Amino acid sequence: MSIISAGMRAQIGLETAPYSLRIEAGDLLRFAEMIEAGAPWYLDEERGRDSVHGGLIAAPTYLIVMRQLETRAMAKLDLRIPYTNGVDGGSDWEHFEPVRPGDTITATARLADYQERPTSFGATLFQIFEMTYRNQAERMVVRQRDTRIWFP
Amino acid sequence: MSESGVTAPEGRRFEDVAVGDQFGPEVRETSRLQLLAYASVSRDLNLIHHDPEIARAEGLPDTIVQGTLKAAFLARLVTNFAGESGTLRRLTVQYRGVDVPGAPLTAHGLVEQVDPERGEVQCALWLENPTGERTTRGSAVVALPHRPGRAGR
Repeated sequence: MSIISAGMRAQIGLETAPYSLRIEAGDLLRFAEMIEAGAPWYLDEERGRDSVHGGLIAAPTYLIVMRQLETRAMAKLDLRIPYTNGVDGGSDWEHFEPVRPGDTITATARLADYQERPTSFGATLFQIFEMTYRNQAERMVVRQRDTRIWFP
Repeated sequence: MSESGVTAPEGRRFEDVAVGDQFGPEVRETSRLQLLAYASVSRDLNLIHHDPEIARAEGLPDTIVQGTLKAAFLARLVTNFAGESGTLRRLTVQYRGVDVPGAPLTAHGLVEQVDPERGEVQCALWLENPTGERTTRGSAVVALPHRPGRAGR
């Protein structure tokens, strides 16, 4: 018997309301310092200005800072899954434009799919989300596909 | 091949790269303090990364290293490889095993495909735990400019 119920299948395609975050230079710098980003345009405003990027830009994966906002927005979708134990299965980020200080990034998350297969955890549920992130000019900066893994 | 932990010189060009080139390794520590510091800058406050009891109640061996921190380790590796002239177009990661604090992770990269027409380089990326298991696997697509007047190698 499938762990993906008819009710779960009916929710595939649901999308959150948009959620937004203003990007601050200090937050970008703290993130880059913590992950020890190697390139100066992630770590140093002055050297960023002198680089091909023309200024400080967000290190890859920075938009993870929006996950709390995303979680709150997703809670309103009332997604029904049979398990409470979950881990992050992975992500796929496509980058289109840099994220810069002063940008306001607006995102939405869509439940793209459910899949199931047996793993060492038992009958395991794979929940796939697609997020799009646009800047204040409504240009796509990042498209992201996340896999959440749920198990008994 | 790039030097470990060093950003490539601004002049890296597509013709400087060939299938089979390796980059890294970069060894990254994963202390409990580091996990807390990452939580503060990433705003990922999930307690499975900080409270061993909660982690065990969820079926995990201990607190675990944040997946996105492991992704950031691989992103650093590949952006260092790309250098100033390169652009990271795509980064994909799959978390194949949990990693616990205190066990260092070693990041590796390997050039798998080159596309002269698009000026793109596709790389395999992975993190190894101290026993050599590849607990995170990934890939990246990096765009590099062509060297003026030179054909691909």
